[in-house]
Amino acid sequence: MATTYGRRLAPNPLIFLWPYLLVSVVFFVYPLINAFLLAFQQTNDPVTKEWIGLKNFSFILTDPVFYKALKNTAVFAFFSIFLQLPISLGLAMLLNVSKSKSKGFFRLLIFSPQLVGPIFVGIMFSVMFTKRYGVVNKFVQELSGWGLDVDWLSNPHLSMPALVLIALWLFVGFNMVYFLAALQNVDESLKEAAAIDGAGKWQIFRNVTLPAIKPVATFVVIMSTIGSFQLFELPYNLFPNQNFGPDNSGLTIVGYLYIKAFRNSDIGMGAAVGWILTFIIMIISLIQVRISGTARES
Amino acid sequence: MAISPLHITLILALLVFIVLKILAPANNSLPSTYLRWAILSGVCALVLTPFAWLICAAFKHPSVFNDYTFLPPLGKMLEGEVTLGNFGRLLTNPKQTISGEIYFVQYLFNSIFLACATTIVQLLFCSMGGYALAKLDFAGKKALMFFMLGTMMLPGMILLAPLYEMLVRIDLIDTYWGLIIPGSANAFGMFLFRQATIGIPNDLIEAGRMDGCSEFKIYWSLIMPLVRPMSGAFCLICFLGSWNNFLGPQIFIQSPEKLTVPVILSQYLDVYKQEYGVFLAGTLIAIIPPAILFFTLQKEFIAGLTSGAVKG
Repeated sequence: MATTYGRRLAPNPLIFLWPYLLVSVVFFVYPLINAFLLAFQQTNDPVTKEWIGLKNFSFILTDPVFYKALKNTAVFAFFSIFLQLPISLGLAMLLNVSKSKSKGFFRLLIFSPQLVGPIFVGIMFSVMFTKRYGVVNKFVQELSGWGLDVDWLSNPHLSMPALVLIALWLFVGFNMVYFLAALQNVDESLKEAAAIDGAGKWQIFRNVTLPAIKPVATFVVIMSTIGSFQLFELPYNLFPNQNFGPDNSGLTIVGYLYIKAFRNSDIGMGAAVGWILTFIIMIISLIQVRISGTARES
Repeated sequence: MAISPLHITLILALLVFIVLKILAPANNSLPSTYLRWAILSGVCALVLTPFAWLICAAFKHPSVFNDYTFLPPLGKMLEGEVTLGNFGRLLTNPKQTISGEIYFVQYLFNSIFLACATTIVQLLFCSMGGYALAKLDFAGKKALMFFMLGTMMLPGMILLAPLYEMLVRIDLIDTYWGLIIPGSANAFGMFLFRQATIGIPNDLIEAGRMDGCSEFKIYWSLIMPLVRPMSGAFCLICFLGSWNNFLGPQIFIQSPEKLTVPVILSQYLDVYKQEYGVFLAGTLIAIIPPAILFFTLQKEFIAGLTSGAVKG
């Protein structure tokens, strides 16, 4: 910021930054260090602690329930990225053609589930998936002639499909908003030039649209991976008695963390689960950034 | 014949389609346009069907809850099978707790208070930080921003346990301060405001300085009015985040009289096991405040949500 005027002393940034610095030292840095130390301790309540070295990690990494949670979370993330995002992008592309007011209208409607918190969504859908009476059961029955008596939430094989379906309802609009904003910024003249050069619709999408929306697409993919790996509220309230489904079929990593840290009061174990989760998320994010080849600045 | 889910979805799709036809410019009537509309209407209808179901379910008499998927036929409706009874029971039956009888209104009030307080504090702190990041030069700015980016990548869940311990230690557990302060100045909000502020011409700020405005006055009287759209978006994001926050109150709040709507509705699952209508009525009530805010601020919301990602 070069100034041509005679200027007073350079303004002190601390006038504006003190809240962030204070809050992040007390409620981020300090707890983070603590989270690191806690992972090597066993706690029975906030006061009683005992150093146990790597035992938390070795327990978690040999616990079949953890692997079940990991598998469920990975499956959920897979469908988030390879089912939800393509649908979101498709809808955004369908919407992007129209130049009328209808764009805002659709965006509003498809986005509306986001207003319902995941907790309320969990409660709502727990009733909608009721055997014989649930609205989803009846809908599926009408469409396919099967499914009225299916008990989605107590069948271990149907827990994940139920979660994926609900997440589809909840997040398609959210991701679509991002894709739509990106598509609106794609240079129309580039597409026209490609069309004049004889490129087909698929080729234009592949070579013009896709590269143009890549930064946003990368952002959405990473955000939705991180979000998927942190799934908790939805399954917590969807399954009866908040037990994450029959045979842990709806248990996620964060659900596992919650049970360990707050139901079994072993905060140290919870912290260890948290670090493992952080590690997983970081690795996956790095791979995604590497694949997309976009290292974003801000 | 009772109304089935498929009927509702088709009716909704038709309604959406009609609205589209009305909104569309007159010359726009190619077959491909209609096909596009049809697909989008279908998707919208699928999205809206659960809402239609929720509204119907909240007004149905408990004794006929499972008899009809949506609403009873008109004649039965007049016989009292559609009632406000669920809302009545929810609002007039107090919850017995160790702190005495607590009415649902108390929880609504708690949630609204907490969401508003959170929003005000976050708006102030994040816009201040964002302004400093966008318009002030200082040593270590790059490092600070890099650090902030790192904090955004860490899953918040990892801090939950140590944060709990911390709040116990500084005696903020079981208080609203314990929910408000830890997230009050966050990297996400500061980056949003940085994006919004960075485009404001430096000359304007210099002019303010020449006129002898204090730095805080420049931020408050010059910058804040200019970033009003982002402020609107950010308020909605904060309000939604706090309103729907479940884990925070669930873990950090212990006194029953301080709990919030999401936590209490989740507990109602046990209390009203066979009476879904009551807690669906609660769910419906819980959607209203964010919905009102969303419809008021939706333009700003979409702009704010996407500006970080698109402008990058």
